[in-house]
Amino acid sequence: MGVYELLFWVLTLWAISSAMGVILSRNPVNSVLCLILTFFAISGHYILLNAQFLAIVNIIVYAGAIMVLFLFVIMLMNLNADTEPQKNRLTQLAGIISGGILFLVLLSALRVSTPRTLDPVPLEIGLIKNLGRTLFTKFVLPFELSSLLFLSAMIGAVVIGKKGNQEQAKNS
Amino acid sequence: MPIQYYLFLSLTLFVIGVMGTLIRRNAIIILMCIELMLNSVNLLLVAFSKWHQDGDAQVFVFFSMVVAAAEVAVGLSIIVMMYRKVQSVDINILNRLKH
Repeated sequence: MGVYELLFWVLTLWAISSAMGVILSRNPVNSVLCLILTFFAISGHYILLNAQFLAIVNIIVYAGAIMVLFLFVIMLMNLNADTEPQKNRLTQLAGIISGGILFLVLLSALRVSTPRTLDPVPLEIGLIKNLGRTLFTKFVLPFELSSLLFLSAMIGAVVIGKKGNQEQAKNS
Repeated sequence: MPIQYYLFLSLTLFVIGVMGTLIRRNAIIILMCIELMLNSVNLLLVAFSKWHQDGDAQVFVFFSMVVAAAEVAVGLSIIVMMYRKVQSVDINILNRLKH
């Protein structure tokens, strides 16, 4: 077992155990921290797959920006208590069983696929130079459209966030 | 390293996300489980990008991250608005469309 396999298994165990921590921990703040750990493990997988730029972007965007947003919302709402209401046992059991059935179905569908090996060869496609060239030549229209999407999401978030204040101002 | 291992890893992470969506009642945690599912699919896209030695899939992952960021911004603002109205993020309160 080489270094590559060892790193793969360590990162896999890390990702799965912290993902279980996300859904099993009672405290929402612990869930967010476990999700950040999962994102770091996935970034490690990206580095193993020669996607260095995506690994950095994953850490910056997900573990940096999005998770801080989640933490802010949880702490603003003062939800970091363990008194969260749980679903009843039957619903939880039904959720676990249906998730397990989905797992089994997909696993049995994918199990028979022919094995292909990913050689740990050094590839250049994940570097920012080549990825940027692809992004700004072949995918320049979706890139501009995504800026439009961001603008509309920003406006939407501001409008939704402001609505309550205006109604409160009208009522008072 | 066979590509099946990445398939099974992504599948496991995706199913953990589905289970979390089904068994939790906190709306924020459900949004986080959706993020987990998106990330598992991203991981699979990167694995296939390496297998085909083609950078297009990584650009696709980039766009899916953009969409996820926009989705989280809007979703969290909806949750904040709901919290202002009903002082809770429990999704069982959100069944008012039924009656």
